[in-house]
Amino acid sequence: MTTFDPYAPSRETTEGKVFSVTGGDWDALVQDIGATKEERVVVNMGPQHPSTHGVLRLVLELEGETITEARAGIGYLHTGIEKNMEYRSWTQGTTFVTRMDYLGPLHNETAYCLAVEKLLGITNDIPERASVIRVMMMELNRISSHMVALGTGALELGAISPMFFAFRERETVLEIFEMITGLRMNMAYIRPGGVQQDLPDGALTKIRDSVKLMRKNFKENATLLIGNSIWMKRTQGIGYLDLAGCTTLGVTGPVLRSTGLPWDLRKLQPYCGYENYNFDVVTADTCDVYGRFLIRMNELEQSLRIIEQCVDKLEKLEGAPVMVADKKIAWPAQLALGGDGLGNSLDHIRQIMGTSMESLIHHFKLVTEGFHVPAGQVYVAIESPRGELGASIVSDGGTKPYRVHFREPSFNNLQATAAMSEGGMVADIIGAVASIDPVMGGVDR
Amino acid sequence: MGTNKQADGMFGAKGTGDTSGYGGLVRQAVNFGSSERPYGSYFDEVADDLERAYPEFSEAIERVVVDRGELTLHVKREKLVEVAFILRDKLKFEMCMGVNGVHYPEQTGREMHAVYPLLSLTKNQRIRLEVSVPDGDAHIPSVVEVWAGNNWHERETFDMFGIIFDGHPGLTRILMPDDWEGHPQRKDYSLGGIAVEYKGATTPPPSERRSYK
Repeated sequence: MTTFDPYAPSRETTEGKVFSVTGGDWDALVQDIGATKEERVVVNMGPQHPSTHGVLRLVLELEGETITEARAGIGYLHTGIEKNMEYRSWTQGTTFVTRMDYLGPLHNETAYCLAVEKLLGITNDIPERASVIRVMMMELNRISSHMVALGTGALELGAISPMFFAFRERETVLEIFEMITGLRMNMAYIRPGGVQQDLPDGALTKIRDSVKLMRKNFKENATLLIGNSIWMKRTQGIGYLDLAGCTTLGVTGPVLRSTGLPWDLRKLQPYCGYENYNFDVVTADTCDVYGRFLIRMNELEQSLRIIEQCVDKLEKLEGAPVMVADKKIAWPAQLALGGDGLGNSLDHIRQIMGTSMESLIHHFKLVTEGFHVPAGQVYVAIESPRGELGASIVSDGGTKPYRVHFREPSFNNLQATAAMSEGGMVADIIGAVASIDPVMGGVDR
Repeated sequence: MGTNKQADGMFGAKGTGDTSGYGGLVRQAVNFGSSERPYGSYFDEVADDLERAYPEFSEAIERVVVDRGELTLHVKREKLVEVAFILRDKLKFEMCMGVNGVHYPEQTGREMHAVYPLLSLTKNQRIRLEVSVPDGDAHIPSVVEVWAGNNWHERETFDMFGIIFDGHPGLTRILMPDDWEGHPQRKDYSLGGIAVEYKGATTPPPSERRSYK
């Protein structure tokens, strides 16, 4: 019985016998475990495991197939973004925050920029066109993020096809992002004071066409999941967390809305002019994994509605500014497409290098030093695809943040893993974690 | 827009006409002062309700700051848990959106600050609690028994600032490795990094680059 098994070698430790399972033939392992008297087994799942949504480590204590204790270990993707931001200018901060929750980069950027603007006292000076572009980009981003949640969520439960279709839809959104910002992810497009540059020609037409296409595809994709009896059985009644559980654990987003509470900051504490759009807050009353996925599916349609309204508004606001008028804050140069690709606007370079020494000084100072932000402390929260994303920022009056902290919904909501899965079957923790939709880049920052 | 009003000259240049902006690595002291009534918005109502529900209000709340449309109650650490229970149960601040630390090395005797943003689902209101403690005795009672969701947030603040939350069910590091030395978000903890040389010119690491006052 103690023959060496290349897939499941074992060793004695002070904690008892430890098996390292690497896949393959588990016969010997099962036999060995069966030989021990103890029923309790501690399973370490992750941090490199295909079903843990990134580098999440779950330590599960099992009795048979029932989870008696579940603990999540995080920190494998900690990059020190908050610390790094203290050494860069306020504008450079966008480049960092966009990399936190990498499925919702535009939400990170918007939360950060709204907080900086609140500190600067220019919240009401942001041009309308910039705010509409922000809303449109955030809603597109919500779609691409929900597509990953639905696609990988289904994949982790064993349904492979929905993932292909979800990623096809996400690709449509990423193409729009690439067209507008030049990048598919981590675009640092939203800047304090407005957005980095105006929409390129043809962007609105492309968005209109994409909305039509996505609306059709979303309906078809939904039937792939709703019509799949295995997916239904593996999501209904799983990962239960009610309203009391959500409030005490600070859980927001689709998980909170799955308890029937229509809590959506876009409606209740509007920012970026969300009060001017018609859309519904989607809820479910099942408190389970199914309800959370259903909410995400139905939020897609609401996002499409908002995007359509944005496109209508943007057509009327053609040519309006996309950056605050205050030249002490606004980025001095816009980008322009030249023969060798996208780069600094040649008109601007001609002006600063050839005609106006003051413009050159201004450009140089603003780009190297950045702008001063009056001392103070703010907390700004927005509704990200995963819940309340809060930016807690302190300024000491300098050109760099004194302290930046993000209240990340993934970080907070992941705490609910234990409440959702203890007492359930080990296979159901996969669905429970997927329904939280944690993004480890955001959790660990 | 006039947002840089407190700066004297162009881009904050002060004193001499030197516009190089080089300010060494000096950090300005931060002090947000305190506010007097009326606070405006729903803040007076919150303060009144808390005063009515909590007889020791004047003793527990050190000062009240209203800035940029946000209310901050500075609470003495001994009273934090009491105040938290009343805010949750009587004033319906059902949710605590976590805690984050801020390190102010020049505020002698109150270097470490812990900031708690609260949210009321019932009344759709937000307020903030702030507790400040000396660096040498950075102990704050844990509010995990009030808002269980603060568990990881307190662990993160401990990990990053070294603030010890007494009564926390398991205060261990959460983002940094268990055997890590020091608390990275403190101001006396260097960012690190190495200088980069390119074509004869050297760019120092970010923490050693010039800083503008």
